[in-house]
Amino acid sequence: MTVIDGTLKLDPEEARRVRQERLERIGRWVLPLAIMILAIWLWDRICVWNEIPQYILPRPGVVLSTLDNDAGLLFSSLLVTLRITFLSLLLAVVGGVGLAVLFAQSKWVEMSFFPFAIVLQVTPIVAIFPLINIYVDNQTTKLLLCAWIVAFFPILSNTTLGLNSVDRNLRDLFKLNGATRWQQLRYLRLPAAMPYFLGGLKIAGGLSLIGAVVAEFVAGATGQSSGLASRIIEAGYRLNAPRLFAALFLISLTGILIFLVLSLISHLILRRWHESALKQER
Amino acid sequence: MIREQVAQATAGISNAAPALLALRGVGKVFSNGVTALSDVDLTIREGDFLSLLGPSGCGKSTALRLIAGLSTPTSGVLDWRGGGSLDRSNIGFVFQEPTLLPWASVFDNVWLPLRLKGISRAKAAPAITEMLARVHLTGFENAVPRELSGGMKMRVSIARAMVTKPRVLLMDEPFAALDEITRFKLNNDLLELWQEERFTVVFVTHSVFESVFLSNRVVVMAARPGRVFDELAIEASYPRDEAFRTSPDYAALCRQASDVLVNAINSTAGSHHDGH
Repeated sequence: MTVIDGTLKLDPEEARRVRQERLERIGRWVLPLAIMILAIWLWDRICVWNEIPQYILPRPGVVLSTLDNDAGLLFSSLLVTLRITFLSLLLAVVGGVGLAVLFAQSKWVEMSFFPFAIVLQVTPIVAIFPLINIYVDNQTTKLLLCAWIVAFFPILSNTTLGLNSVDRNLRDLFKLNGATRWQQLRYLRLPAAMPYFLGGLKIAGGLSLIGAVVAEFVAGATGQSSGLASRIIEAGYRLNAPRLFAALFLISLTGILIFLVLSLISHLILRRWHESALKQER
Repeated sequence: MIREQVAQATAGISNAAPALLALRGVGKVFSNGVTALSDVDLTIREGDFLSLLGPSGCGKSTALRLIAGLSTPTSGVLDWRGGGSLDRSNIGFVFQEPTLLPWASVFDNVWLPLRLKGISRAKAAPAITEMLARVHLTGFENAVPRELSGGMKMRVSIARAMVTKPRVLLMDEPFAALDEITRFKLNNDLLELWQEERFTVVFVTHSVFESVFLSNRVVVMAARPGRVFDELAIEASYPRDEAFRTSPDYAALCRQASDVLVNAINSTAGSHHDGH
């Protein structure tokens, strides 16, 4: 830095860095938005230029108006899907954390039961569903079970990792102070596992939506469901592409919202202390 | 009674203070076959500020963990005054790193030992506030550790160890990672705290200057196997301050301690050839 006439002047290197930073800050929002608008415009143009019929590829405007016209039907279906999604996410949190705590109690328990969790995770849910269909009568339970199987694993494996990643000195400190097992879990291991759990939760949020939709698809094929996925199947049969696109749009939007909300929750909880939530200062 | 007399004779210094803990023939062999400590005889007296000084690998940290009860000796006995083992709540431990709960505020970090004893936040508050004042951290109650400097984190760690008013404070190279200026300040503050309360301190360090400045006894250890090599009495009077730090007496004592440490290191130099 050089001082000229009493004013502080940035050297060219530093000035360039500041300019770069400002550009990046604006670009982070403007660029993806511009690309998105361009893509939608191109979609619209392709439909017009090639005279593509509506039942094959509807124009974006048509999708939007369908969203408005079919609002009652679509949103009641969205509610059904949302209910399954959130209930299964809730169960995944309870089940995942509960199992992780159980696993953390002893290496033996973890070693014995972890393979089961992995088997459940790696077997495609579409392949398991026919079995569930045989054994479970209640429609909601069926879907819930399906979505839960997909969603609980990231929470279980992340939380287990977190519970086992406690600083050794802190463990000694608790031991020195005569902490009980429960105190160690409550005041040390659970808070230490929080960042890991929240990472798992973000993945599980998306997966529970996928699980719910996939479950509906499989169940919907037998005409038993009323969620967004069954709307999609139905629309597909009737060559009602605008409604299909509208339903698809709603599912994507839901997924994005779930991710954003979970990211916000994670940020709010970790912002004061965890590395991942801290702004970098140079 | 006879036991205590023997213990004091082993220590080699005549002093009226009663023995608090005697290590007799204490050894520790790890499961991988490494002998961390071999045949250690050491008497710690009530009110001592005793430093364990030695090169890395001399077992000084292992000795501290044995005293804390975090690990058990493979041979020999630890004889607390009154027999048996000391109540753990009478021990405060300060680790090499501050070892704070990163998600908890300074206040809650200091609360932790009391909380684990079932004392509520409100009930513990006066003791915590007082302790924070004594380590000069008033006003930082609500800060989380990452917002503090290294020296301040260490102060929180000391406050946490002292909030239960333990009789023995065990410190495992607590200031090794700090810069010299911060280290001097913490040395002064620790001595001040010790003089007011007169608890017993066992202080592990590899710094000759730090051990001489702080302690009334410096126990020099040697490595391979870890053992007590020699003991020095630092007979300079307390309070010790910056004037002592620059005095010729201090320099002479440091030279003396340094010589002993060099001898201790040389005594194991031979084993380098067959070991590596």
